[in-house]
Amino acid sequence: MPGMVLKAFFPTCCASADSGLLVGRWVPEQSSAVVLAVVHFPFIPIQVKELLAQVHQASRVGLAVLGTWCHRRQETEESLGHFLEGLGAIFSHEPWLQLCRERGSKLWSCKATRRQVPPHPGAPYEDQVMLVFYDQRKVLLSQLHPPAAVPDRQAGDATASAGGLAAVFDTVARSEALFRSDRFDEGPVRLSHWQSEGVEASILAELAKRASGPICVLLACLLSLISAASACRVFKLWPLSFIWSKLSVCEQLRHRLEQLTLVFSTQKAENPTQLMRKANVLVSVLLDVALGLALLSWLHGKDRIGQLAEALVPVADHVAEELQHLLQWLMGAPAGLKMNRALDQVLGRFFLYHLHLWISYIHLMSPFIERILWHVGLSACLGLTVALSILSDIIALLTFHIYCFYVYGARLYCLKICGLSSLWRLFRGKKWNVLRQRVDSCSYDLDQLFIGTLLFTILVFLLPTTALYYLVFTLLRLLVVAVQGLIHLLVDLINSLPLYSLGLRLCRPYRLAAGVKFRVLEHEAGRPLRLLMQINPLPYCRVVHTYRLPSCGCHPTHSWGSLCRKLFFGELIYPWRQRGDKQD
Amino acid sequence: MEDEQSFSDICGGRLALQRRYYSSSCREFCLSCPRLSLRSLTAVTCTVWLAAYGLFTLCENSMILSAAIFITLLGLLGYLHFVKIDQETLLIIDSLGIQMTSSYASGKECTTFIEMGKVKDVVINEAVYMKVIYYLCILLKDPVEPDGISQVVPVFQSAKPRLDCLIEVYRSCQEILAHQKATSPSP
Repeated sequence: MPGMVLKAFFPTCCASADSGLLVGRWVPEQSSAVVLAVVHFPFIPIQVKELLAQVHQASRVGLAVLGTWCHRRQETEESLGHFLEGLGAIFSHEPWLQLCRERGSKLWSCKATRRQVPPHPGAPYEDQVMLVFYDQRKVLLSQLHPPAAVPDRQAGDATASAGGLAAVFDTVARSEALFRSDRFDEGPVRLSHWQSEGVEASILAELAKRASGPICVLLACLLSLISAASACRVFKLWPLSFIWSKLSVCEQLRHRLEQLTLVFSTQKAENPTQLMRKANVLVSVLLDVALGLALLSWLHGKDRIGQLAEALVPVADHVAEELQHLLQWLMGAPAGLKMNRALDQVLGRFFLYHLHLWISYIHLMSPFIERILWHVGLSACLGLTVALSILSDIIALLTFHIYCFYVYGARLYCLKICGLSSLWRLFRGKKWNVLRQRVDSCSYDLDQLFIGTLLFTILVFLLPTTALYYLVFTLLRLLVVAVQGLIHLLVDLINSLPLYSLGLRLCRPYRLAAGVKFRVLEHEAGRPLRLLMQINPLPYCRVVHTYRLPSCGCHPTHSWGSLCRKLFFGELIYPWRQRGDKQD
Repeated sequence: MEDEQSFSDICGGRLALQRRYYSSSCREFCLSCPRLSLRSLTAVTCTVWLAAYGLFTLCENSMILSAAIFITLLGLLGYLHFVKIDQETLLIIDSLGIQMTSSYASGKECTTFIEMGKVKDVVINEAVYMKVIYYLCILLKDPVEPDGISQVVPVFQSAKPRLDCLIEVYRSCQEILAHQKATSPSP
């Protein structure tokens, strides 16, 4: 575009290279030239063209010779200058870039000439040039977020439909084939780029790559055996399937099994996002197991399991005693309210007897508790999340009597509310039409009205007693649910935190790029503008948001409004229902 | 070419605008906000410590004093690193884009770069709050609708200069954008 400033993206590693030809890609829509490497003397033009054709075949990026690079001492190499100008005739490219630098100084000079006659008479032969320096290694390894839509590799040359700077990143990333030879190779053409001092490689990475193949196959077989065993018919019979669905340990183990199957699958990751996900899952599982082993060693040292088992039964006893006091309080005159004596006594005695049964059961179990805890504690080696899920399940089992009381109270209250609402309709002379799902008027007989009103009055006067029991037990149940909820929250956090991505952001911030930033370098009037392009790393909250792993899905499915409505009408609440379970 | 001028912000504080014209296609505007004053820092610290000492005389627990010191230190560090912006810079480069940098008092720099292809225009908007406030903002193009605007990005949000300062910056930006529109390919 005539008049538009020409941007030359120059790698910082080539700023000290010897004179030669500039090789890269020209993007006409943005009027920018992305320089990828410098070809040094001596070279044969045919071989340079062959090399470029080879790289084009391998990477589908249209490379060309963009111009000449001259890095000279003062005034000594005049002949080189003439020679370089002659090269413009051999490798014709529009526009022809000529970058020049004095050795040891910061003074650069750039020229971009067009040979063809420009279409309109006012346009200049020479374009204004702006130099943008970029770190080739960092741009090659980094990944832009959000990822620009990359065209299909098979669909011809990569077009610059990606927005301006994404095209630069794309070009550098795809031209890996160009960077494979270093200066120790005996090839026909000598190149200067970021790997020309020696191709970057790491022994550990290579060994890991070689070893990962067989290990993945082995582990994939093992995991498929385990999943086949767990899907076997025995586990689908009624008592076992019911227990499995209620325990959160099973859910957590299933989730981990799925994740491990994903990590050790023998398919290669298709895009960087999948690779990051695999890495995140692997690091998360390793950390989990490490923390679990630490917990295990802490538990099994100094006979802590024994101490825990000894403390468990007195704690359960204490809780039962407190509940007994509570029931005695309710059976008296709680908070100064006057209860209906008979109903009060019935309900109170019923719950007290239930409590008594529970205490006897705990005392029956007490010799075996230490053994059970010891074996259960071993499962912490599968991970801290598994140990926490077991803790949550133990709490659920130990507070089972509170759950039972809540269910009894809620059912009673629900029945009462249903009866009250239907008798209230009778009191007003209306009826619920089941066919039409609405309230219709109805004429009742005198007998019906009499009995209905009597029952209504009885229910109304018994309401405070039932409501109070319901309120107390619901609060207790909500307390237990809150404790379980906190544990689940912690488990969710460990499950879904993308630790590998966070570590990458901390140690190699250029790998996760939110964009770029520019800095204007020393400038002199009359010289071209020089900018340094640096990678702007992704902020931590966006890293977590983009790469967080899917969790078990045990989130509360109710909003606060529907929760309050259910509590008011006495419907049972199951706040930690898994997704996909039938609603009661 | 460098230039420095003094303006005031909407609350009356003093701002310094530094303009650097690197070339006809690249300009930078740097607004420096008033620094953290020693007086307000001393006042806040004294209030917190007096309150802590008062609690200490009530409760006789020396943890309160150490907690107060800890809170003051953490609060100061957090304020310097996350809240107090020292300088805001706008760098506009023809045919590349517009870059906004905020430098915090602790040295942290937060940069946003918007490519020129996404910029529709730079305008001064009016906001009616309790009084009328003017602010400079960048309008971004909507990829779907050719004449629509997808986002409005305000500039100099924490320096909040007055209209006279904004007019200077606006004029310079418009010169560059006009050149950019003349030479860019039609959409």
